[in-house]
Amino acid sequence: MIWSFTAAFLTGIFASLGVGGGMILIIYLTVFAGFDQLAAQGINLIYFIPIALLSVVIHTKNKLIEWKKIIPAIVIGVAFAALGTYAAERIGSPALKKIFAVFILLIGIKELLFTKGTNSFSKKEN
Amino acid sequence: MQNYGEPLRRFAFFSDISPPAANTIHMNKFIEKHKKLYFYILGAVTGICNGLFGSGGGIAAVPMLQKGGVDVKKSHATSLALTLPLSVVSAFFYAYKSSFRWGDALPLIPFGLAGAVIGGLLMKKIPNTLLKRIFGVILIISGGRLLLQ
Repeated sequence: MIWSFTAAFLTGIFASLGVGGGMILIIYLTVFAGFDQLAAQGINLIYFIPIALLSVVIHTKNKLIEWKKIIPAIVIGVAFAALGTYAAERIGSPALKKIFAVFILLIGIKELLFTKGTNSFSKKEN
Repeated sequence: MQNYGEPLRRFAFFSDISPPAANTIHMNKFIEKHKKLYFYILGAVTGICNGLFGSGGGIAAVPMLQKGGVDVKKSHATSLALTLPLSVVSAFFYAYKSSFRWGDALPLIPFGLAGAVIGGLLMKKIPNTLLKRIFGVILIISGGRLLLQ
């Protein structure tokens, strides 16, 4: 359980820095904690909601969110999220795990090799 | 403007200075012309990632938002505002269909919030690029491991 808390904590750090922490939590839950893929994904989604909610409230106050631009994206996105969830359930955990593995491999390669140094806004702020 | 732009772009192409730049110009023109369609596509891609993998919507959304004219600073915050409602919908379906218990997810939340707060404070101290590379290595190792399992 201590390890779960550590993983959750690290995920929070990665997530707040904008580098997709959720995947780290899913990997921990499937590889080390023995959950099946669908359960791990569900846990991550539940876990993500309050953290995102807090961030969205803070960011809205700081006027960092362009709501107007993303409202059409949200409308379509909700439909596709439902569709994706349905597809995930139909595919089933064992096969989904492999597809997820390919997905994170591709993202890993992208993040490792195609990260531009000048693109980081943390540097601009300093 | 366009009269000057076209030969310049051709020159850039033939002299092999920056073909990717010319490519970006075409890309941007497409996005500007079909801005509404582009944001629908952005929503669809983010939604599919979010629903299918229970994560990764933000990773698709952030670069796409930037291409759609949201500036770098705002793109991360805006992507969260997009993935939040999608996650609520997906989580509802997952809670209904998959095998996890609420007791597995809820205790993790306070630790995640603590991590997020500390991450927010660290944001100015750690170079984002380094963090992204570390993240990349973790994903490649884990992806390989999951494939071989």
